[in-house]
Order: sequence, then structure tokens, then C-alpha cells
Amino acid sequence: MSSYEAVIGIECHVELITRTKMFCGCPNEFGGEPNTKICPVCLALPGALPVANKGAIEHMISAGLAFGASVPSFSKFDRKNYFYPDMPKNYQISQYDMPLTVGGVVEYWLPDGTIKHCRLTRIHLEEDTGKSMHAGGGDGRIAGSAYSLVDFNRAGVPLMECVSEPDLRSADEAVAYLEALKRTFVRLGVSDVKMEEGSLRCDANVSIRPAGSTELGTKAEIKNMNSFRSVHRAVESEISRQIDLVESGGRVVQETRGWDEVQGVTHPMRSKEEAHDYRYFPDPDLVPLEIDAGLVETLRTRIPELPPARFVRYHREYGIDPKQATQLIENLLLAEFFEQCVEVSGNPQQSVNFVLGELSRLANETHMPVPSSPVTPKGVAELIELVEANTINSKIAKELIVRMWNGEESPKDIVERESLAQTSDASAIEAFVDEVIAANPQAVEEYKRGKTNILGFLTGQVMKASRGKANPELVGELLKKKLS
Amino acid sequence: MNDAIRMSAATIARRVNAGDISAREITEATLVHVDAVGDRVGAYLTRLDELARRCADAVDRRVAQGEQLPLAGVPVALKDNLCLTDSRTTCGSKILEHWVAPYTATAVQRIMSNGGVPIGKANMDEFAMGSSCENSALGVTRNPYDPSRVPGGSSGGSAAAVAAYEAAIGLGSDTGGSIREPGAFCNVIGFKPTYGRVSRYGLIAFASSLDQIGPLARTVEDAALAYDAIAGYDPRDSTSVRRSVDLARDVRLTDLKGLRIGIVKEFATSKLGAEIDALYARAYGDLERLGAEIVEISLPTADYGVATYYLIAPAECSSNLARFDGVRYGLRVEGDDVGTMYERTRAAGFGPEVKRRVLIGTYALSSGYYDAYYVRAQKARTMFAQDFERAFASCDLIASPAASSPAFTFNAKSDPYSMYMMDYYTIPVSLAGLPALSVPCGYVTPGDGDRPMPMGLQLAAPLFQEARLLAAARAYEEGTQHAVQVTPALERVNA
Repeated sequence: MSSYEAVIGIECHVELITRTKMFCGCPNEFGGEPNTKICPVCLALPGALPVANKGAIEHMISAGLAFGASVPSFSKFDRKNYFYPDMPKNYQISQYDMPLTVGGVVEYWLPDGTIKHCRLTRIHLEEDTGKSMHAGGGDGRIAGSAYSLVDFNRAGVPLMECVSEPDLRSADEAVAYLEALKRTFVRLGVSDVKMEEGSLRCDANVSIRPAGSTELGTKAEIKNMNSFRSVHRAVESEISRQIDLVESGGRVVQETRGWDEVQGVTHPMRSKEEAHDYRYFPDPDLVPLEIDAGLVETLRTRIPELPPARFVRYHREYGIDPKQATQLIENLLLAEFFEQCVEVSGNPQQSVNFVLGELSRLANETHMPVPSSPVTPKGVAELIELVEANTINSKIAKELIVRMWNGEESPKDIVERESLAQTSDASAIEAFVDEVIAANPQAVEEYKRGKTNILGFLTGQVMKASRGKANPELVGELLKKKLS
Repeated sequence: MNDAIRMSAATIARRVNAGDISAREITEATLVHVDAVGDRVGAYLTRLDELARRCADAVDRRVAQGEQLPLAGVPVALKDNLCLTDSRTTCGSKILEHWVAPYTATAVQRIMSNGGVPIGKANMDEFAMGSSCENSALGVTRNPYDPSRVPGGSSGGSAAAVAAYEAAIGLGSDTGGSIREPGAFCNVIGFKPTYGRVSRYGLIAFASSLDQIGPLARTVEDAALAYDAIAGYDPRDSTSVRRSVDLARDVRLTDLKGLRIGIVKEFATSKLGAEIDALYARAYGDLERLGAEIVEISLPTADYGVATYYLIAPAECSSNLARFDGVRYGLRVEGDDVGTMYERTRAAGFGPEVKRRVLIGTYALSSGYYDAYYVRAQKARTMFAQDFERAFASCDLIASPAASSPAFTFNAKSDPYSMYMMDYYTIPVSLAGLPALSVPCGYVTPGDGDRPMPMGLQLAAPLFQEARLLAAARAYEEGTQHAVQVTPALERVNA
């Protein structure tokens, strides 16, 4: 197995967030009663004409700029001709040889924190199709169904197609790349990337070659993957299919294969010879796009710090582990709260522990986002200071954070007012230790017979007696000394 | 025949605005006349009597409230590729025979808001593909000057309706000559504005980069009135031009002094026969007599116009007509699966000329042929535009025949290529996107006929020079009075 290397490129389609569809004034919204978000244009009635949505074009440019793509000053729409019942015009308005953005690099990270790069070929703009439903038998499949119904609500929704170079080398990389794309598009506000609603769909081009070779092998295009998990499974499955095939003396043929989620295998859909001739030509209904350099610069200045850069900062600068860094990036408001905590406390690791630990737990319980709670970054910073200075132990810290969540302000004040500071006064702790030893003769006996893990129980009893204020480390030391 | 229907659009509008006559009276008179003419011309596929009455009454109310409408009460024939809410819009095709449009084309809307009254949907070659109306799957239209002859096409129904007084103005569409050629055949003005001047929204597409809506009228002034109403930017058509429109009706020329009119060296009319050659020699002589300076110009690529056009237009139509698939509207012929349904529907729904062009276009766009055909045709198209630009450096307008012959008899052009050659003079102008019109320039009696048949002079202008083009045509019209010399045969029958 190790003598082969997989080569993977991803094409993914992402529905853009816009008020209206790509070429008409119908609302761009998911769902709704079938065929209620349609008009002469998106239904392709005779005589209707498309008019391009400026907002979608701006989203596209922003997406390209986010990855350092170049934005040519001239672009155009082309017609991709093929017959399909859910495609109203029987051609799709797309972009063939002059996409809105060219090139670019997606920076992404693997679960272990390794930073990788995948080049983009292009990003182009097109329109989505309607949805076919097959009814009257056949379990929703076309085979065996008596008739088909088409819902055109989705027809004409702006769709961004993002094509990568074959720079990915494993299923893990493919998924990590897609995650980075998704997070970037969400951060830019160009798409909500909900795979379950079909707003992100992708195909993978997979080939294998002997490890160390620089030539590209024959690729298969894998379709029908409807989650990141299925992308992972499908790519893994296809890599092993190709390796098995080559190992047993066969050859990979260029074809399109469908991923079968239930069987967990890819199966042939159509060969290269059966491939469509799309007869692309420039759409005469739409004037070519002249992209204003000023607009590009304006859009460039609006691009915020993007998830990959944020990850690098958290992981490399703050030293936060990749899992926690990734968790923070998933939630922009939480990440911003975290950064404010770091700013005040100067302690990224304790900040992330509180933010992803107790604060996130409370947020889940109360259904209130952390930044909307009464807890302030200043309060968290005080708490961190108290813990770091060993003034309070973690148990007290947890209690305090609940009280802060419920509206009490400065943890320093609470500690002072209620004398919650942990005590490291050996003579005071010794009194509690003696008390506990006296009260638990059986446990003491067991400890002395060698059952040393009972020390935990005894420590707990001392902590309880001290109302949580005793320094737990000191308690342990004293117990051991007394019992030896 | 009631005098009301002989009035020009300008006269009707003036009198309706003045309260001399009501739009309703004009409309009723027109409807009576359309009944009387009936199948002898067969201009209309669908009558819009009720809508016409409603529109006329609305115009009368608006006028009563003090509005002055440029087309007040003017009866209009709409080519049946123009959508109009709740009206059957067939494109002359079986595939749309029963399709009722749920929306109205911008140009039609503008005609109506300017006071025009739609009388009916006029016959046409199926999907505007043809030069005689013989390709209509839904009806026969006859030339009002000789019922044994075609009215031209593809806007033949609109041209015939105007010539036969069944409307004062016709709206047509011109892709390679489809307004100008029937205009010439029916002795009326056929005017194709600059590509992009009139919104195509609601015009059922044949070839999107060439299609342009324009008026047919019995006088240049009427054509100008209609043009003023329909021209202008429309946010629903991104190929419509954002550029102000000079009101053409106000631009008058009493003669052609100071205008240089180019005669195309390559368009020698001697090959059209001695009688036609002499007719155009007289026409060019008239231009000179009216004060124009005649200059010879060259359009070296013009001879490739027809070949170029028959790659670009079919390529676009093969894609434009893909939507007629039986899924959402129009004819459906059932099949066991969707592919069979498509095949049966399109086999039954499209006529032979449409199928021929869809096939040619599909071929021209196919992988491996695209560069040799479509891309080269687009390059040739750029050369036509450059040729015209060079030519217009030494002239203001270009004059030529509008069609290669007068109206021919039914079934005379069974070979598609000979039909395509009818548009030899109009196609290069279309490929360059220029505004052009045909204006009556006299009559010839065809060898196989006994009646004088009208001929048209094509005048073409640089991009967006519609106002000057119409003014020159009006000076020519007034200085020659060709159109009124022979009346339609139908009127003799009617008398």
C-alpha cells in the first residue's frame, strides 16, 4: 500500500447568500412550498431574459480575493448545453474560459495542526438547477417510479464553483481542505455552507501513482457525496479500489463514478466516451462583465481575518492545541471573546480552558452565547489571575464562574468578601487533616495495608472540611506524611 | 371601407388626443375591417377584440382626463413572438400552439402605455425562421398586393396587416431581415433599430445577438412614432443600451442636402435582372435629385454575410430552443421515459426549417467543430462591423436593395438556400448591429405575374443614428411618393 500516492482534486459547488436569485428577482431562500419561488425568468418561459445579480458577483470576487486569486478585468457568462428536466432552459448559464477569479491558494490545517496548502485553479459563477423528485414507486429513485415532479424553487440560485488543483494527497487532506473552504466562506458571509440543505456539494477527482512519481495517473471523478464524512469514505474507498485494481494487473479508466453511501463503494456512472459535449458558447443574453479595479480594491479592504490565518495565530503564536484552536474558529463570537480574555489576562491557555470549558458548558445549558452572558473578559482575566496565583483552586474557580454567569461581577471581590482564598497555611490544614484521620479509621487502615489510592478519598474529605479552601497539593503532602 | 382605418397612426393619435374621434371608434372600425379582410390576407393568428376594446376605452378615459398619448388609439398588430399577458403567443409553431403568455413584453407594454391598441397577434415564420411566412405551422398569410404571393417574412403577418389597413402599426422582429424584407414585399416601411435599442424582454428568442424588435408602418412618420414609444433602456434586458433616445418624430429633413449616401460596389443590382437594376438606378438617382451626394463605397466582406449568419443564428437558436422540451409548458407528446418524451415532443412540435437550423447550430457548436465554425463566424462578424465603420467614414447612410426580388409566389423557394439569399442585402447590416429600414421605392411586375409588386430601398445608418435615418427616409418618401401609387389588390376586391 505504501508504495502508492493518491492525487486528489476537488470541485465544489457552493450556493451563495444573496437576497435574490442569480438572474431574476425571485427570493434566494431554501425550501418552501414547491414552485412558489419562480418567475418567467427562472422557469425559462419563452422570451424571458436573465440579468446578472451584482451581489453574487461581488461575493465571488471576495471569495477569490480571500485566497489570493487574481480577478481579471474582463469576464463573461457562457451557456453549458445539455438536456435535463430540472434545468429549465436546458442549458446552464456558467463560465467556461473566463472565470471571475483565477488561481489562489487555500491554506488549511490537519487535525494535528499541520498547515497545508492547496492551489485553486479557478472560481466561477453559475446557476443552480431545480430538484427532481421521483414518485409512484421506486423508493424515490427514477427506476421503478411512475412519474417525476420538479420543484424549480432552487432553479437559478447563484452557485459558486471552486475548482482545486490536484494538490491533495489523502482523504484527510481532502476533508481538511473542504473544512477550511467552508469556514472561509462562512466567515466572508458569502455562503452558509449547509451541506444538509445542499448549499455545498462536491466532486472529487482521484488518481493514484507510484510514491515519488510526479506524473499524474488516470483519474476517476467521484460524485454523489453529500457530507464531509462521505467525502472521506468515498475517497478512501476509491483510492483502495484503484490500488487493488493496479495491483491485480488492471488499469484505471477515466470515468465518472457515483458514491454509494449504503454499500460504501463507488460504482461506474459513465465513461469518458459517454461524456456530454456541452457545446459551450458565450451567452448572447448577457453582456460581458467588466470588473472595475476600484470595486476589487474596496472588496479587498473588507476581507476580515480568515479562519486559516486565525488558526495559525492561535496554534503557533498562542500555542493552543489544534483541537481547541479549531473549536474556537468554529464560533466567531466565542473566538472574539476569547481574544479579549487573552488581551486582558495575557494567558491564552487558561483563557481557552475557561472559554471552551466552563463557559461553553454554561452557554449550552442556558442556551445563551458566552458573549451575551454577564461574564466579561475582565472577570475571566481576574479569575485566571486568582488561579495562577494559587489564590483559589479549580473547584472554587468553577463555583465562581457560575456566580459570574448569574450576574455577580468581580471574582476578586467575591473571593475577598467571602474569604474564599485557598489556604496554604500548614497549621490550619493540619488541623483538618487530623480531624479527617480521626474520623475515618477504616480508610486509614486500608491505606496502611497498601491501598494507596484511598488517599484521594481522604483528600476529598479534608477539602470538604476546609470548605474547599485548602490547597489540595498541601493536603496530599500532609496526609501522606501523617499516614506514613 | 371606413376612412378611419386609412388614417396614419400620426393622424389617429392627433385626432384621438384632440377628442375628434374616440379610440373605441377607431378600434371598432378596425375590427370590422379585419373581419371583412379575413383569410384573404390571413394576417392574424389570434384576434384580441376584447382586449382591444378594453385598451381603447382606457385610452379614451386617459385622454378625457387630459393626457396626450403619442399613439392614442392607434391599432397595432403584434408579431406572435411577442408575449402579451393572457394572450396566446405561438411563435407560429405547433409547440406553442396553445401557450398563453403570463407576462407582457416590454416593447408591447410601451406601445400600450403610449396609447396603442393591440388588435391581434400576427402570423410569422415559425420561430422567426424564414422569409415568406410559409414556415408558419398555424396559418397562411397572403400578400395584400397579390394573394398568390407571399407577404415576406418572418414578420409577414405584421407587414400584411399594416398594408391591408388591419392595423396602422405592426411590431415585428428582425434577425437577418425579418422586418425589412416583408416591409419591402408589402409596400410599407420596415424599420430595424440598432441592436440593443429596443428591449428584447418578452420577445421569444431566435438568435439573441441579432434579434431586434422594430415597427412596420405605412409612413416613415408612423414608424418614427412607434420607435419613439418602444426604444430605450430596460433593466430586464441586459443587452439593451443605456443611452438616451432622440425623439425621431421631431427630426425633419425637407431634402437630402448635405447627406452623403454610399452605394455598395459589391451590391451591383445588374445580377437581379434589368428591370430591378433600372429600378434601383432610379432610386439612387432620386436620392441624388433630393440633394444627397452619392458616393461609391466598398464592403469587401459582405458576400460572406449569408454564410456567417447561417452559423451564428442557428448556433444561438439551437440553444434558445432547447427549453421547448414538453416539461413545463407547450406541447408534450408522452413517452416511456423523459428522453423519448423530449424526442417525440420536439419531432411533433417543430417544423422542418426549425429542425434544420437546430441541427446546423448544434453541429456548429460541437466539440471539434466549434473553432472552425462558430469562432470563425464570430471573427467574420467583427470584420463586417469594421467594414461598415470604414465605409461610414466616407458616407452618412448606405443605400441598397432591401430584398433580392419582389414578393414571390407560394412554394417558389422550396430550396432553403434560395430562400436564405432573399436576405443577402439585409444580413450584413444585421451582423454589424446597425439601424436600417426599407422604404418603398417603386414596383416591378414579376415575369410570372400580372400585377406590379412593390420593391424596397434599404437605408442603413451608423449605430444609434436612428433619428437621422428616419428623417432621411421621410425626405425620400415625401420626395418620391412611391407607396401611394399602387393600392393593395385587396382594396379592389373590397370595393
